[in-house]
Order: sequence, then C-alpha cells, then structure tokens
Amino acid sequence: MFALAKIRHQYGAALVLDLPFFRGQQGEHWMLQGNSGSGKSTLLHIMGGLQQPTEGTVSVAGQELGDLSGSALDQFRGRNIGIIFQQLHLLRTLNVTQNLLAAQYMAGLPQDRARVQAVLDSLDIGEKANAYPDELSLGQQQRVAIGRAVVNEPKIILADEPTSALDDLRSTQVIDLLKAQAEINKATLVVATHDQRIKPHFPHHLTLQTPQALLVD
Amino acid sequence: MNLLSLSLSYLRKRKLTTFLNVLLLAIGIATIVVLLLFSTQAEESLTKNGQGIDLVVGAKGSPLQLVLSSIYHLDVAPGNIPVDEVETLLRNPQIRSGIPLALGDNYRGYRIVGTTADYVDLYGATLAEGNLWDRTLDAVVGHWVATEQGLTLGDELVTNHGFSMDGEAHAETPLRVVGILEPSSTVLDRLVLTAVESMWALHGSHPTGDDHDHDEDSHTHDDDHAHGDDDHAHDDGHSHDDDHAHGDEAAADASPGPGFPGMGGPQESQRDYTSVLVQYNSPIAAAMFPRFVNSQTNLQAASPALETARLLTLLGVGLDAIRNFAYLLILASTLGVFIALWNALQDRKYDLAVMRSLGASRFKLVAHVLLESLIMVSLGLILGLFLGHVATELLGQSLEQARQMSLTGWTWTPEEGQLILLALGVGLVAAIIPAILAYRTDLARTLAVG
Repeated sequence: MFALAKIRHQYGAALVLDLPFFRGQQGEHWMLQGNSGSGKSTLLHIMGGLQQPTEGTVSVAGQELGDLSGSALDQFRGRNIGIIFQQLHLLRTLNVTQNLLAAQYMAGLPQDRARVQAVLDSLDIGEKANAYPDELSLGQQQRVAIGRAVVNEPKIILADEPTSALDDLRSTQVIDLLKAQAEINKATLVVATHDQRIKPHFPHHLTLQTPQALLVD
Repeated sequence: MNLLSLSLSYLRKRKLTTFLNVLLLAIGIATIVVLLLFSTQAEESLTKNGQGIDLVVGAKGSPLQLVLSSIYHLDVAPGNIPVDEVETLLRNPQIRSGIPLALGDNYRGYRIVGTTADYVDLYGATLAEGNLWDRTLDAVVGHWVATEQGLTLGDELVTNHGFSMDGEAHAETPLRVVGILEPSSTVLDRLVLTAVESMWALHGSHPTGDDHDHDEDSHTHDDDHAHGDDDHAHDDGHSHDDDHAHGDEAAADASPGPGFPGMGGPQESQRDYTSVLVQYNSPIAAAMFPRFVNSQTNLQAASPALETARLLTLLGVGLDAIRNFAYLLILASTLGVFIALWNALQDRKYDLAVMRSLGASRFKLVAHVLLESLIMVSLGLILGLFLGHVATELLGQSLEQARQMSLTGWTWTPEEGQLILLALGVGLVAAIIPAILAYRTDLARTLAVG
C-alpha cells in the first residue's frame, strides 16, 4: 500500500515531477510509464525514501516517510522496501549468499541462511549460492538483485527499468519473476519502465509525462 | 556477515595494495621496535653493569676506553698500572674499597678477568656449582660461558692472549674450572674469572696492555724454559724474582680473600693490574678524588656514570636519526593507507549507496571505512611487532657485542604500547576523509547516475 499526495520535485529551478495524487492498495502491481526525463526514476526514488520530494507527502506501508529521518528511515527502507536498480549494483566482493545476507544485516535483521537459500531456489539460482557476481551471466545477476530486494519480505518492491536491456523472451521471464516474487511475499510491486512490451502484464498503470500532464488509468 | 567480514572482503579484493601497505607500515613499526628494544636494553645493561662502581682507575688514555674495557668488557684497556701505585692510592681515606682487575686474555672469545671475590659480590652473583678459586689457575666461569661451551667442573681451559681466539695460546698453563656462576644478567655471565695471580702466571707479570706484542715475545721465550711448572712470573733480567714467584705460587697461597692478592710479597712492585674498580666512602669524594688522581698521579680516573652518559649521548644522535627515519616510514605508509582507501572509495561509492539503500545507516558506513583502515593498520602492527622482536632476537644472537649485553627480542618495553596507540591513531586519521566521503554519499544521485 502506498499513498502520495501533492508531490512536486525540483532540481534547482526545474520542475521534474508534479504528481497531485498516486495511490495503490497492498499487493497491487503497478507500472510507471513515460519517456526518459519524465521523472520515473525520481518518483521511484521518492517512494523508496532515497530522496525527499521538494513538496508533498509520501506514505509507504502505512508509514509517512517524511516523519522518519536518518537511521530510522534507512532501517525502515531496509526492512520494508525492496529496490532493484537499473544498474544492479551487486556487491562484487561478496558471493551470492553473502549479498543476500548483507541485505538482512544492513536492515538490522537476523541473518537467516535458510531464508536466503529458499529465495535463491525460488529464483532458480540456488546452485549459484557460492558464486561471485563476476562469475554470473547478466540474467543470473538480475535474479540475484531481485533476490536481494525480496529477501527481507518487503511490503513494496520497486524496480527501475528491469527489462530495458533484455530481449522479448527474457523480458517476459523477468516480469513473471518479479510478479511471482511479489505474490510470494505479498508485496506491492511498482515497476518503472518505458518498455511497452510489458504493459499487458500490469493491471495498473501510471503514465508520467513531462510535468503538468499526468494520466492515471 | 558483519562489518568486519564486509571490510575484510574489500581488502581481500585488492590483495596486493593491501599487502604492500601493510608491509610498508610493518617495516616502519619493526624498525622502531628494534630501536626501542635495543636502546632500552643497552641502557639497562649499562646501568646494571655499572652499579656500585663509583670510579675506575687505570692507565692514562681515553676515559671512555677505560670504562668500556674495565666495566663492560667491550674495548681493550688503555694500558696497565703498577700494583704499588694502586695500593698507595687506595690508602686514601676517601676510598672505601677497590676491586683490582687484570685483563688481557680470552677463552674462545670470552674474556678472562683476574680479580678478587669482591668482583663476584659486586654483582651479587652466586655459584651454581663448585666454589670460587683458591689457587692460581683456578677459574670460575659465567653462566653463558658454561652453557655455550658445555663446561663442567674440572674442565681445563686453554686460553689465548688478547681478546680473540687467534691470539697466542697459553697451552702449557690451562685454567681449571672450579666453579660455575648462576645467571646474573650482568657481564659476569660471559666472563671467565680467576685470581689476579693466574693472569700474572699466564703472562709473566704483564697481564695486558696495548704493548703486549712485546710481552708475547718474551713470554714465548719463557715457556721454553718453564715447561711443567704452573707459573713463571718472569721479567727479563730478574731471574731472582722468578724463583720467588715460583715458590709462592707453587705453594698455592694465592688468596681470593678480601683485600689484595699477594699483598706484602716482595715482588708486587713489578706486577701490574689493568684497572681498579673503586667505591667511595662518601659522595663528596666524587668532587675531589678523580681530579686528584688525574693531576697528581700517573693514573687515570674515569667516572662510569659520566662516561656512559657521554656514550649514550653519542649513541643517541644515531638512534634518533634512525628513529626519525622510521617515523617517516610510518607516515609514508599512513599516506599509503589513505590513498588506498580513497581510491577504493571512488570505486565503491555505488556499493556504499547500495548499502544505504539496503538499510545501513551513515554511521555504519563510516564504521565500515574506519574499520578497513584499522584492519590494515592492525595487520601492519602485528607484522611489524613480530618482525621487530624477531629481528632484535636474531641481532642479539648473531652480534658479539649484542650478546655481551644479552640483547633479547623476547621482552617488551612500555614504549611499544605508545607505538601501538600512535599507529592506530594515524590509521584513524588516514581514514577520516574517506569516512566523511562515505558519510556524505548522496543516495539518489549516485544510484541514478550509476
């Protein structure tokens, strides 16, 4: 569940995001679409608590993000929000299992190897548990990134352009994986993308346009 | 997974850089440790061996040389002094006691000292086996002499002239081991002690001196005539004295007891000591007595306290130079740690941002960076301390002069604690800027650009 109201965000003088209202129920699958520069990533960052909007309120998983600051916000994000970046940003000095354990550790949660292995198995990369990111294919790395985002059973999963570099088949596979993981963890899913191939997979869409013209359908 | 394993994983990722930084730091630390151990122990050894000796009286020459040769058994003596002059001097009321020393021979590199039992008492040494000498050519050996040479009571020691083993051997007049001392951590551990008369017996009344080449000629000559006898206090052209000397010492009445050996005999005036270790009756004597000796007699008086202080000052200049160089090494390695962290952080800003996005607080990231620096510094410290102690121990075992002062690496000095704090301190300083960088990581911007 998330609710955003009267969001405006500026970089310097330039308004990059103007979103009067955006709301979704727990467990819904949303697609954020729009051309590059339309503020998709910015909105995703705001929803993930990585960035504070210039104006407006953000509530995620029943929590006003604006009420949290510093370490409390970091911890809330670590425990309740799973983020998959466009660049996967796996920690290269750690193996696959350790990358997922790091997610538990950073969030201040107990480290649960059984849970990590279960997540990896559900992503079909259980046998790569001890491999390092450099030893994996891009597709496998993407699965690790998804695993890292869901290992703490977040309330909401945010994914930034997860399919942009993939062919049709793989693109569908990744979306299926994301939706499946969201189902398993009973999480809300928000995918920001300009990839129109995946639009049919999502029942809810928010189309962002260069500010002052937003469409919700 | 915790901060430690996380930091270690990054250090492992760049093994070579880490290793080189650790090594550089370790070399600096090790150099300082060697210096600390050496200077502390050298000072200890100087103090301990000089205890209870207010003044050394010997032949004219360099006072430092006199102190080094007579107390620390490091240098050769400036020359010899006649027994009767010493006796006159010691009647001075300012003097409480004097211990005579006759030097000039060695047994396999260990110096032989002709002296009295007072010399053993001076250092509070006790016998492990046997007893002190009562006869000419009886010898008591120090702990390390006995251990290293495997000596037991009754062994005969063939001594050599001078202070090295290639000196002329006194094959016909070996010393007999009658006692072995307990270790005392003083010069006694590495000495062979005997009666002054033994030295005279070995040398035809010229125990030592820089002029011994001349003596050796006559000595060799003596030996030809003297086979089968214990002793030949022999002066060219004094054959009568020889007979007396022979009579005295064949009767084995050389006494190690209090006072001076052979005192009152008819021929002492031809016999020499190398030096006398003097204790004053009162501290006031320190102001008057040395000046009196140096100006009114043919003898030289040297104060061990003054001379060792002078020596330490001279030594100190060299030690300070090396020490400063070692601190420079530590500074350079700190810079290395800083550069390593800085470069690592440039590569790692995404990682730090990801850690934040996964829930790590800014403080955790700062701790992560500081920890990485501290791990490097700690490894350098451990390696450096280890290398320093091992190097000191090896130095102590391999260098003759270091063996003389029983230099060992298996000990600590309090300054090492300060060194550890200093190294950890510079490790933190080196990490401050990278840590600030980590603290300021801008999440959205970093991740969006990436």
